[in-house]
Amino acid sequence: MSRQHIISVLLENEAGALSRVSGLFSARAYNIESLTVAPTQDPTLSRLTLVTVGNDETVEQIKKQLNKLIDVVKLIDLSESFSLERELALLKVKKTDVMVQKIENLSAESLARVTDDTDDYLIIELTGEKVWLDDFLSSVEDEVLEVVRTGVIGLSRGERSLTV
Amino acid sequence: MELSGGEIVIQSLKDEGVEYVFGYPGGCVLHIYDAIFKQDDVKHVLVRHEQGATHAADGYARSSGKPGVVLVTSGPGATNAVTGIATAYMDSIPMVVITGQVPRPVIGTDAFQEVDTVGITRPCVKHNFLVKDVADIAETMKKAFYLATSGRPGPVVVDIPKDITDPNVKVPYQYPEEVIMRSYKPTVSGNIGQTRKAIKLIKEAKRPVIYSGGGVILGEASDELRQLCHTLNFPVTQTLMGLGAFPGTDPQFIGMLGMHGTYEANMSMHDSDLIIAIGARFDDRVTGKIAEFCPHAKIIHIDVDPASISKTITVDVPIVGQVKPILLDMLAQLKSLGETFDRARIGAWWNQIDEWRGVDCLAYEKNTDTIKPQFVIEQLYNVTKGEAFVTSDVGQHQMFAAQYYPFDKPRRWINSGGLGTMGFGLPAAMGVKFAHPEADVACVTGEGSIQMCLQELSTMLQYDTPVKVINLNNGYLGMVRQWQEFTYKSRYSHSYLEALPDFKKLAEAYGHIGMQITKKEDVEPALREAFSMKDRTVFMDFLTDTKENVYPMIEAGKAHNDMVMAPSSKYKRILA
Repeated sequence: MSRQHIISVLLENEAGALSRVSGLFSARAYNIESLTVAPTQDPTLSRLTLVTVGNDETVEQIKKQLNKLIDVVKLIDLSESFSLERELALLKVKKTDVMVQKIENLSAESLARVTDDTDDYLIIELTGEKVWLDDFLSSVEDEVLEVVRTGVIGLSRGERSLTV
Repeated sequence: MELSGGEIVIQSLKDEGVEYVFGYPGGCVLHIYDAIFKQDDVKHVLVRHEQGATHAADGYARSSGKPGVVLVTSGPGATNAVTGIATAYMDSIPMVVITGQVPRPVIGTDAFQEVDTVGITRPCVKHNFLVKDVADIAETMKKAFYLATSGRPGPVVVDIPKDITDPNVKVPYQYPEEVIMRSYKPTVSGNIGQTRKAIKLIKEAKRPVIYSGGGVILGEASDELRQLCHTLNFPVTQTLMGLGAFPGTDPQFIGMLGMHGTYEANMSMHDSDLIIAIGARFDDRVTGKIAEFCPHAKIIHIDVDPASISKTITVDVPIVGQVKPILLDMLAQLKSLGETFDRARIGAWWNQIDEWRGVDCLAYEKNTDTIKPQFVIEQLYNVTKGEAFVTSDVGQHQMFAAQYYPFDKPRRWINSGGLGTMGFGLPAAMGVKFAHPEADVACVTGEGSIQMCLQELSTMLQYDTPVKVINLNNGYLGMVRQWQEFTYKSRYSHSYLEALPDFKKLAEAYGHIGMQITKKEDVEPALREAFSMKDRTVFMDFLTDTKENVYPMIEAGKAHNDMVMAPSSKYKRILA
C-alpha cells in the first residue's frame, strides 16, 4: 500500500551533497513530494527533510539507497515514530473583509498571521501540518494570488532524536 | 616534506603502493605528468583512448584484486573515461580515477576543455570529489582508495583543478595512515542470529541450491565458498560474474544460471526449496520473470550491501556483511552441529538434477563444415589447459566463453557483466597482462566488439603485453541478430557488419601477428601455434558459422523453467 513518508536526513554540509540526494531520486524513479535542506547548529552538517510516497518495499529501498550515499550520515523515517511535522506557507491575497475575517479566526489558533499589509494586498504566514495547509489553500484557491511553501520539516517527539 | 599538488598526487599513489597508472595526458594534468616524469616508482601506461585506460585499469583490478588507477585530463578526457567508470561501477570494481579540471578561477565559465566531471560521473561512481585546496589532496586520495576498496567496492573519481597542482606552490605533505569518515562505516561481520536462522533452513532443506556471484570473488572468499559447498554437498550454480569462485569442473557445479544458463541450473532454481544466495544480486538476467522466480524456495541472502537485500526479490534470511567472515561463521556453526550433509541426504534431489543434466543442454551441432564458435572456445580451453585468464567483450562470444570454458580459479574470467560494455575485452586483457606478465591471456571477442577499442593494439605493442585475441567473426552483431531472429521474425535491422577490415593485415599493421582461420581442422593447430608465441600478441580471426545462436535461452520476461533449446537438441522448447 502506497503512503506518505517523511524522511529526515543528516547530511555532510558539502558542495554537491544535495545533488547526490536529488540525483538518486531521479535516477531510480523515486517519487519526491517536497525537499527542504539547511545547515544545523553544527555547521558541518545539514538537515534534509523529504516527503516521498511509495509502498513499504519502495520506501525501504529509498532509505537503503540514501544510507548508501557517502555524504549521508544518518537518517530517520519520521512516519514510523511518534513525530511532529510542520510546513510554512506564505500567500499573497487581495485584502477583502472576508479574507481578513478568515485570518483573524485562524490567528486565534496561532495557525496564521498577517505578515505584511501593503496597499490592498496582504501576505499571510500559515504554519501547520501539510494536510491542513493543503485543505486551507484549496478553500481559498480563488482568492490567492501567489503561494510559496517550504516543504515539510519534522522532529520525532520525546527522547528519540536524530543526532550524530 | 614539502611538495607541490602535482607531486602530492603521485606521492600519494606511491604511498598507496600503486604500481601502474593507466592514463592519457592533456592540458589540465600537465603538472601531474611532470611529476610522473621525475620519478620511477609509479609506472605510467600511455593508452590510446581514455576508455581504454579505464578498462585496462579495470582488468588489472579484476585479475589482481588491487585497485585500478586511471589518470586523464579534463573535458573530453573525463567524458571518454565515463563508459569505463560505469562499467566498473556496475560490477563493483575498485578503481580510482584522477581527472584534471580547469583552474579554480575559471570553473563554471565554460572554459576550454571544461566539463562538470563530478556532475557527469555522479550516478556511476561510488563517490567523487572535487578537490579545492592543495592541502586537501593527500587526504582526499586516501579517502578515495579507502572508499574504492572497502565495503562494496567501486570506482571513485578525484577531480583536481590545474591551479592546485602548480609546481611553484608547495605545502607540507604527509600521507594519512587512515581516514575515519563518520558517514561511512561498512558492515564487516554478519549478524550471528541471522546465520543461525540460515543454518536451520539448511538443515531442513530437501532441494537446496547454492547460488553464488561476483561478491565471493570481490570478497576473496572462494576458499570458504568451496569449503561450504563441499561440506554441504549441495548443488552449486554461479552467475556470470561469479564463475571461477567455485570450480567449473567440480561435479557439484551445475553450470551458470539465468538467461543463457544451463537447463539443470535453471530447473534446479525453479524447483528448489532453499536458495542460498552468496554475493549475488538477483540481476534481471538471472531472475527472469520476477513473479515466477523460485516459487517454492525460501531464500538466504548474504551480501555486503544492505541495498541489495530485497531490492527485487524479497528474501527470508538476509545476512549483511562481508562474505568471508559470514561463510567462516556458517562453517563453524555447521561443524558444531555434528550432522553429516552427504549427497545421500538429498539423494532424490541429486537424482532429479542428474536427469536434467542428461538433457545435455550445451550440445551443439558438430557435424558441420563451418567453424562453430563453441568449438573454438572448447579448443581454447584444451590448448590453455583451462589455466588462461580470459577476458571478453559483450555478445554471443561472451556467452560461449562463459558456457564452454569452465573456470576453476577466481579472477580468471573477466567480463563486463552489469553494464555489458562492448570494447571492454582488449584493454582489459592488456590490464590483466600488467598484473600477471607470465600468464596466458586470451581476449575472446567478436568482429563488432573488437572494433570499439581496437586502438589499444598499439599500446600493447609499446608495453609488450602479449595477448591472444580470439575473434569469433561471424559478420553479424550476433546477439542482436539472435534477438531479431527470435522476436522480430528475422528482420535483421542493422546487425550485419559489411565492409569488415582484413583483421590479419590490421594486426600486422599494428606490429602484431595476424592469422585468419577458415577451416575447422585448423582451429586447434592455429591456437597451439599462437599460444606457443609467448612474447607476441596474436590476433586470430576465426571465420565462424554466421547463424549460430546461444542456447539455452530464457527469453526476456520468461520464467526459469521456460527455455528455448538448441534446434539440434532432441528437446526443443522445454516447459516443465
